[in-house]
Amino acid sequence: MIKTDVLIIGAGPVGLFAVQQLGLIGLKAEVVDNLDKTGGQCIELYPDKPIYDIPAIPECTGETLTKNLLEQIKPFQTNFHLNERVQEISKEQNKWKITTSGNKVFLAPNIIIAAGVGSFEPRKFSIKEAEKFENNGVFYSIKDKTIFKNKKVCIFGGGDSALDWAIELSKFADVTLIHRRTEFRGTEHSATLARQFEKEGKLKIKTPFQISSIEGDNKITGITVKSEEGKVEKISTDCVLGFFGLIMKLGPIVEWGLNLDNKTIPVNTENFQTNKEGIFAIGDICTYPGKLKLILSGFHEGALAARGCFKLARPNEKYRFEFTTTSKTLQERIGVKKK
Amino acid sequence: MPKITYTEHSGKSHTIEVAKDLTVMEGAVQNNIPGIDADCGGACACATCHVYVDEQWFDKLPKIESSEEDMLDVAYEPNQFSRLGCQITVTDDLDGLVVKMPSKQA
Repeated sequence: MIKTDVLIIGAGPVGLFAVQQLGLIGLKAEVVDNLDKTGGQCIELYPDKPIYDIPAIPECTGETLTKNLLEQIKPFQTNFHLNERVQEISKEQNKWKITTSGNKVFLAPNIIIAAGVGSFEPRKFSIKEAEKFENNGVFYSIKDKTIFKNKKVCIFGGGDSALDWAIELSKFADVTLIHRRTEFRGTEHSATLARQFEKEGKLKIKTPFQISSIEGDNKITGITVKSEEGKVEKISTDCVLGFFGLIMKLGPIVEWGLNLDNKTIPVNTENFQTNKEGIFAIGDICTYPGKLKLILSGFHEGALAARGCFKLARPNEKYRFEFTTTSKTLQERIGVKKK
Repeated sequence: MPKITYTEHSGKSHTIEVAKDLTVMEGAVQNNIPGIDADCGGACACATCHVYVDEQWFDKLPKIESSEEDMLDVAYEPNQFSRLGCQITVTDDLDGLVVKMPSKQA
């Protein structure tokens, strides 16, 4: 069990800055995120798109913003628990016990939910047979590529994941790459390589087709694909892989007894606490009159939520407001060397 | 103001006035029309404001850009009339536009 002052759910920009605000006032945070990297939507949805409304930064990308926030919280040596989703919370005396999908357990007086629109999860096939065969022939990610050795594999998608896995698996499997239109959106290099492999007979490409059914009783025997024009084809296959990117889902948060308003969590604007003591919500996931879904608003919300956390984490201490420009205590916490 | 008709997958339809320069997505969200999620808030980054544009109207819309076409790859059950609501800006020319929502957004 990991004991900490605050468990932060979400390693997006707002969660990262909350680490800094907590660290300054002497509170330790642990961060859990379902993605395999920090940065949240900034990294997953728009790493290269410029952002123009971060105060005092005329222009930066999602990637740079994340990098700078990580640099800013370096002094606090925060632990990130990536690829893990917070699954359950329960009250244990005055603290919250938090369990993740990877069975990590945390005990903390405070939880800050900075989960954006929810955790990122793979988009799945819309047909119902896909659910039946999930992890038994239908996959949305690859952990061990050797399971596809000498198998017939159909890969769906038009981005880099679909292209790169089609190329990689074609070295030892019978691969058909299927996409809803003729153009691929992946990098030109990957698309060209896939076309070249197709010419050399190492890989089959089928466009424009989408999946319409999966056949088989206990295991997949084949699939049916169809085009917009109504052309139908059957393909014999052992496995079906879908690479349609990630979607955000609120997930288990809805089961924690928090008030919800259209997929967002109402908070008070004094300390961004929810209807549960010790659970705060900041960033895109919180709502209150006048809420703006801007990164800068999330930073402000994190600063106030951090002070809210202080009360429960240090019940016998008095919080003192200080400036980083003048406070020796704050400067020590961020490791400022005396000049 | 231009009138836009949003038809839910169930067939229930909502005709509302949407101010010019708003997007079809914004018109739906601001009027609490179900079936459009708009997770990313209009950045053409999530494909959860996916709509099927009425056949009569599809060709009257400004041409689709490649970034939108790319996002439609990951939309839920796209077809040849698919667009993202956040990429359709409402103008007087679109008065009467009809869009239908997919059975779900993801």
